[in-house]
This record gives sequence, structure tokens and C-alpha cells, in this order.
Amino acid sequence: MEVLAYLIPISLLLGGVGLVAFIYTVRSNQYDDPEGDARRILSNEWDDRPKS
Amino acid sequence: MSSRVTSGTAACPGCIAAPAEPARPVPVDVQIALSLPGIHCSACIANVERALNAHPGVQDARVNLTLKRALIKAGPEVRATDLIPVLDRAGYEAHELDPGALSATQSDKAGRDLLMRLAVAGFASMNVMLLSVSVWSGATDATRDMFHWISAAIALPAIAFSAQPFFANAWSALRVRRLNMDVPIVLAILLALVTSLWETALSGEHAYFDAALTLTFFLLAGRYLDYRTRAAARSAAEELTALEVPRAISLVDGAEREIAVAELAVGDLILVRPGGRMPADGKIVTGESELDRSLLTGETLPVFAQPGTQVSAGEVNLTGPLTIQATAVGEETSLHRMADLVAIAESGRSRYTSLADKAAKLYAPGVHILSALSFVGWYIYSGDLRTALNIAAAVLIITCPCALGLAVPAVTTAASGRLFRKGMLIKDATALERLAEVDTVVFDKTGTLTSGAPQLVNGGEHTGREIEIALALAQASAHPLAVALTRAARAEGYTPAEVENVTEIPGHGTEGQFQGQLVRLGRAEWVGATEGDYTAAWLAVGDDRPVEFRFADSLRPGAADAVAALRDAGKDVILMSGDTTNAVKALAEKLGIETWIARALPQDKAGHIQKLADQGRRVLMVGDGLNDTAALAAAHASISPASALDAARVASDIVLLGNDLSPIADACHTAVRATQRIRENFQIATIYNVIAVPLAVAGLATPLIAALAMSTSSITVSLNALRLR
Repeated sequence: MEVLAYLIPISLLLGGVGLVAFIYTVRSNQYDDPEGDARRILSNEWDDRPKS
Repeated sequence: MSSRVTSGTAACPGCIAAPAEPARPVPVDVQIALSLPGIHCSACIANVERALNAHPGVQDARVNLTLKRALIKAGPEVRATDLIPVLDRAGYEAHELDPGALSATQSDKAGRDLLMRLAVAGFASMNVMLLSVSVWSGATDATRDMFHWISAAIALPAIAFSAQPFFANAWSALRVRRLNMDVPIVLAILLALVTSLWETALSGEHAYFDAALTLTFFLLAGRYLDYRTRAAARSAAEELTALEVPRAISLVDGAEREIAVAELAVGDLILVRPGGRMPADGKIVTGESELDRSLLTGETLPVFAQPGTQVSAGEVNLTGPLTIQATAVGEETSLHRMADLVAIAESGRSRYTSLADKAAKLYAPGVHILSALSFVGWYIYSGDLRTALNIAAAVLIITCPCALGLAVPAVTTAASGRLFRKGMLIKDATALERLAEVDTVVFDKTGTLTSGAPQLVNGGEHTGREIEIALALAQASAHPLAVALTRAARAEGYTPAEVENVTEIPGHGTEGQFQGQLVRLGRAEWVGATEGDYTAAWLAVGDDRPVEFRFADSLRPGAADAVAALRDAGKDVILMSGDTTNAVKALAEKLGIETWIARALPQDKAGHIQKLADQGRRVLMVGDGLNDTAALAAAHASISPASALDAARVASDIVLLGNDLSPIADACHTAVRATQRIRENFQIATIYNVIAVPLAVAGLATPLIAALAMSTSSITVSLNALRLR
């Protein structure tokens, strides 16, 4: 059962990483246009480098 | 004007020598927002962005497909009115939006706030659920206690952060001694936490930390969906406000000055150019022209205007520049008085109670009574406060309106998403429920069923020479009838005759010289004819008898389909207009509408709707003009096109974004199905309660049962709502 001492913090940490990543995506406006972003990857424009 | 400015600067020689002119405003880049109801694919995004970026002055254009909108950053010289024709040529319909109103909804602080809380609740409930599963699958003694303590350590701060909206709502309701949905929610969450902590401290078997968190998570999800629907509605109302004229040209000592409409005062002289809209009520001082009053009265025929004619705010000046003296401005104008009629009619509709409110009214007291009864019952039976409190908490958790909180928002979100893809914006939360009950549909004519743009109907009755002369005269004018005549003649392949000295006489028509003869195209009395019942322009060649070019308003795309589909769905369709009997009758026959009313004044329209309502009918009003606003507000549900006047759009529940009318029938159908789904969802939630509540009251509910009941009911309800998409 000693393994729990590692596993529980690890699971909390991984969950926390997910939470922080989500908060980052919200803050950087990544949910403003989900439908358009899904279509934009199909376009050939800006394939070489991202639009500044 | 320019000479005045130059002489002003020359009077101060020091200013010319000065290296910098502090008075000149620094040109600022502008933000333009356009609504694009027609876009739907990746090619549309690319086409629109390419077309906009190619326009000189545009720095950056980005399309948002989810909101069907384009945001453009451009130099100060670019105006939205320049960009709309650009998109029109690319094949996309566009409307201007107010970027000022947009910025309020764009950053969307409240929505993000809810989303963060939702994320924290989701994260915490996953982790606690992981620990709870270990407890349910057989962890005992010290291990179980440790898991419970870790759960508590996660749950307490997570709930303190994410459940704040519920705490705030419940508190504001309790402060005025009322009950709302949030009171049982908060009670359930708090009671679950307190009993769980107590149990954990005593090394008890059952802790409800996971239940408290999943409850918060599902309810926040419902709250967020609800918020999203409402935010879309609110922004729709705000953005479309921008379609109104915000500025007027005022004449001060002969100089033109552009000022905000709000700054106009009674007695000001205002210049209204052809194509402009009257910013205030007033009297014409100089100039002759024709006025389009269709938005106010529904008449399609332009009215002749000369010095002394009274004008009302909202009328459109067609042919010549007019100077008017304002007699009433702002709130005093007839446009605003019309809006007061709306306010009166609106107060009647706000009494509508939505299905969710009805459910909440039954639910909140019922849950409290049930939980209190089980607490008292178990306390008397067992004499043990801890057991009684545990069972009361279990009852509250299980009955808690998790599925109920999702039942309505999930359906409205799915339904409004579906309607939005078809080009409709739902402005009011209860609009779908009201629309579902509709059995009678009343249409306005001008601007609603018809596009408001005339079409030549008797082109075949004229000789080629007459049409060629008429074309030569018509193409010199911007009058709607002349434009329609030009378009029709060109479509038939005619070329203009050689007419010389073509001049437009504002308010009358155009005249010129053709082979030494005077030729005139214009109003009946001006060319020496007697006016008929139809919208017409008359052509006189020399001393010949004048000939008539008759026009009829063209149907809006999808109008015939919409009317036919509504009739097939068993609804009564009525046509009601302020226009002349002949025009209304002709359109009614064309569309197969049996009941029609012509020459209806605004009060008549509202009164007629009221009469239908008194007969027990549920009326859907579709209209666009100011004369419709009172009727729109009085009806059970209402729809207006995006081209409608501001006041009409404010008064209606649903705004049609595109030009096409056919989604109306579909909207009624979707509304019926949405209401059906809401009822089904309530039934599903009730069935779960009927099974789980007796278990809870009997003291048999474990945290596992609570978690199962809660999650399955919430998920079934959401899936049921998704069937609408």
C-alpha cells in the first residue's frame, strides 16, 4: 500500500496539469471560434508559417 | 466651408510656421464588425478574408464562423458601408454591427468566469471520484479514512470557489424571504459537506464529497449553457442596434457639421441627403423630394415632399436633398412615441411563466419538506441525530435538481444552435416555448413578405422606343422605381435612346430632349396623367398621351415557401398591412392567403392581434416596420428580419439574419420539438427521483447510489437534448 504515497500525488499533479492547461486555453481566446478553427486547418493558407 | 477654414488658419500666421498642429486629431485605426449570415464552410472563410484583405486600407480581417461574423482592423478612411458591397460582389450578404456594443460581449468576463469554475469543479470531482471508487470497491479502516480526508482537502476549497454563483443566488433570494432553485442546491451541497466531514472525523463509512462536487459540476454545466444562450441573445440585440442612423448633418450658419443624433435640438436645421433617413420629426424648409414612408406606415408608394411638408423620424429621403427644421427630437419623435406603445404591450407578455419556472415552483418547497420530514421521522424513530442528519442529506443530494438544472438549458442550447445555423437568432429565453404554442401567423407585407424593392410588371405593354426613352431617363436617377425600370430594361437587352440634357427634378422625375421633343419620366400629375391605384412611373413623349410603367413589390426569397409550409402545418395565415387594398389583395392572392387586412394603422394592427388573442388564439407576428412594433410586442411570439427597424427588432423574440423567409416554418417545428424534449427531460428526471427517493428516505441510499442516480439522469437528459441538433 506504500505505493499510494506516490500514486495519489502523481494523479493529483497530472489532473492539475490538465486544469492549468485548460485555464491557459481559456485565457488565450481558444474557445472564441471552435467551428471556424476546426475548418481553418483544412485551408492551404498559412501552411508554411503561422499568421503573425 | 473650406474657405472658412483656410481664412481661419491664415488669420494666425504663427500657426502656419508652427511645426506641429496640436489641434489635428491623430488618425486612429478603426475596428469594423460585420454580420455574415450566409457563411458556412472553410471556403467561405477563405473567400471572405481574401476579399476583405484585398480592399485598400484593410489591415487585417478575421472571420469567426461560430458567431458568423467578421472583425476587421482597418485604417481610419475605411467604412463598413464600403466593405458591404465588396462582400456582396464576392457573393456574401453582410450587415454592419456596432463594434462598441460588441466589445462588451466579446471579452465576455462572466462566461469565462463560469467556465473556470466549471473546470475546477470538473477537475476536483474527477479526483475525488477516483478516491471514492477505491472506497466503494472495499478500502477499509485507516486507508478509507485517509481517502476521505484527501477528498475533503480537495472538495472544500474546490466548492468554496466553484459553487459561488449558487451561494450568491441563494443568498439574494433568502434575503428577500423567497425560495428559488438555488436554495435547495446550496442546502444540499452544504449539508453533504458537513455530514461528510462529521462522518470522516468519526471514521464513518459514508462520505458524500464526490456527490457534492459532481452536483456542482453538472449544475454549473447547465448554468454555463444557459448563460451562453442568453449571451448570444443579448449580443444580438445590442449589435443590431448599430443599423440605426447615429449621426445627422446639422446646418449652422450655412456650414455643414456632422453631429450625433442625440445632440440635435428643436429648431435645428438638418440637411438630409438623398438616401438618408430623417433623424428627427420636422418640417421641410427647402428642397423638393419624395419620401419613402414604408417603414412607418407600410405604404410602398413614395410620397411627394415640398417645403411645408411634415416629416417623421425614420422616413427615407429618396431623390433630392432636403433641409428640415426639427420640431421634435430624441424621445419626443413619433418614432419613440411608437416605442412607448411597445412598452405597454410588452408588459402583458412578461407575465408568461416558463416551464422551468413552473417546475422550480413545485420543486423547491417539495424537496425541503421531504428532506425535513425524513430528518424528523428518523430522529423520532432512531433517536440518533447523526443517522437522521445523514439521511436528510442523502435525500437532499438525490432529489437535487441536477437533471432539472440541465433539462431546459441543454434543450434551448441545442435548439438555438440549430436555428442559428439556419440564420435565426433567439433573443428571448422563453421564445421557443411560446413559439411552440402558436396556431395563427400574421404577416406584415412591405419589407417582410416583400423585399420592399419594386419590380416592373407591365414591360410587355410598351413599344421598344418607349422603353428605350424611359431607360435613358431612368438611368439618370437613383429613385427606386427608376432603378427597377433600368434593371428590367437592361435585363431585356434594351439600350438607352439618345436623350439629351437629361436632368432630374427632385420630387417629380427626370426630363430631357429626344429628337427635339420634351420627354419626361416621373409622377403622374407632373407628366399630365391621372394617378391610378398602382405604384407607377409615367412616361410622356412630347404631346403624346402618357404611358404607364406599373411596378409591384418583389417577393422576398422563401416567402411563398414559408407561407405554404405554415399552412401545411395547420396554422392560420393572415396578411395585415398599411398598404392600399389593391396591393394587399394582389399579394394575398399570389400567396394563397385567404384572410387579409389592408390600410391597417399601427393601433389597428395591435388591436387586431389582441382580438385574436381574446379568441384564445396564439399569434405569431412577423413584421419589420415601425407600424408593426406594437403588434410584434402584443403577439404571443414575434419574428422580425434583420433589415427591420431597430424598434421592431427590439420588440421581437427572434431575428432573421438572412434575407430568406423560409426558416420561419422550420423554427415553429423546431420549437415544438424543443418543448417536447423539455417535457421529456422533466419526465426522465422525475422517473429517476421516483426510484431513488424512496431508497434515500428509507435510509438505503449509499454514496454510490447517489452518484449513479445523479450522473445517469444528467447524462440521459443531455443526450436527449442533443437529439435536436
